[in-house]
Amino acid sequence: MIMNTSTVVKVGIAQMDIAKSPDTIRTSGLGSCVGVVLYDETKEIAGLVHIMLPDSKLGRGNSINVAKFADTGIPAMVEQLKKEGVHSFKLKAKIAGGAQMFQFTSNRDSMRIGPRNVEAVKEQLKKLSIPIVSEDTGGSSGRTIEFDTLTSVLHIRTVNQGVKEI
Amino acid sequence: MTIYNKITSLHLDVLKEIGNIGAAHAATALSDLLSTKIDMRVPKVEMVSFNEMMEFVGGAESVVTGIYLRIEGDAEGGMFFILPVEQANHFIQKLIHDESFDFRNPPVSELGQSAMQELGNILSGSYLSALSDFTGLKIYPTPPALTVDMFGAIISFGLVEVSQISDHVIVIDTTIFEEHMGDSETVRGHFFLLPDPDSFETIFRSLGVS
Repeated sequence: MIMNTSTVVKVGIAQMDIAKSPDTIRTSGLGSCVGVVLYDETKEIAGLVHIMLPDSKLGRGNSINVAKFADTGIPAMVEQLKKEGVHSFKLKAKIAGGAQMFQFTSNRDSMRIGPRNVEAVKEQLKKLSIPIVSEDTGGSSGRTIEFDTLTSVLHIRTVNQGVKEI
Repeated sequence: MTIYNKITSLHLDVLKEIGNIGAAHAATALSDLLSTKIDMRVPKVEMVSFNEMMEFVGGAESVVTGIYLRIEGDAEGGMFFILPVEQANHFIQKLIHDESFDFRNPPVSELGQSAMQELGNILSGSYLSALSDFTGLKIYPTPPALTVDMFGAIISFGLVEVSQISDHVIVIDTTIFEEHMGDSETVRGHFFLLPDPDSFETIFRSLGVS
């Protein structure tokens, strides 16, 4: 009898973590936040970071949680993967999230944080020369995403559109 | 040093009173609207991590109806009225006299949609005008926006302002429920008031506890 020993690594808001085959890694209820999966398919390892804000310059606190911002979270994730023996040139990315959960007439910047997060994530990945293999971003729906380290498939669940795979 | 380090039990009592007065007015408005007895809980004022906040209404993935508005003016912040979908369906079915109405079955009728929007308008309006009277602060709510989605996706939108200085948020949480349905977990509605960090001093000063 083959035992299924894979577990699900859960990543909270403004957090990051790593999963290795045969495990999966997931984050729940992404709205304007962006889930960035960086993976090496030959090594069957993936890092997931749940980005909340585009730029650490927005941070006004004393200590910075690097996982919260696109410009610090993605490089930090790359560093963590390197410690696991992954070469950064082998990394690929899949991204999801960045929705506009509410339609507002206000022109406050924070109201269109979803699209800004997506832009910042793409800019950062470009800077690090990590190709985006697939993405499911924008729109107005929340997403729960789960990446399978064995197959490199990203499963995306929304409330009204069911599950899709990218 | 942020405002979060300076909050005392007196400050917490003031925030509780704010939740109490706001939600009491909103509950009365809801009661009148539906001709049902609506009860409310003593508000909880807590400083929680973002991830703890996700557990307030059944986890990041639980599907809820959410009404959100920004508060602008003397004090700024965000306000949410969150209802489990079953409860929202029940209220709207009653309001529009259509028992087949279901938010889980989109596209939902325009009538039901706008009834929910109007419910949000009335409740958040009465919550905030009570708050304005109580504090003497001039506050202007943006028109409320409605969505039906995962709680995590909805509430994280309200954490954007706070997230710029902290990974924790002070939340004023008042729960309401229909009396005959009892205080069961599934039927509770929540008002969440999330003042922006810069607004706490204004609020405390307005009530003489700075």
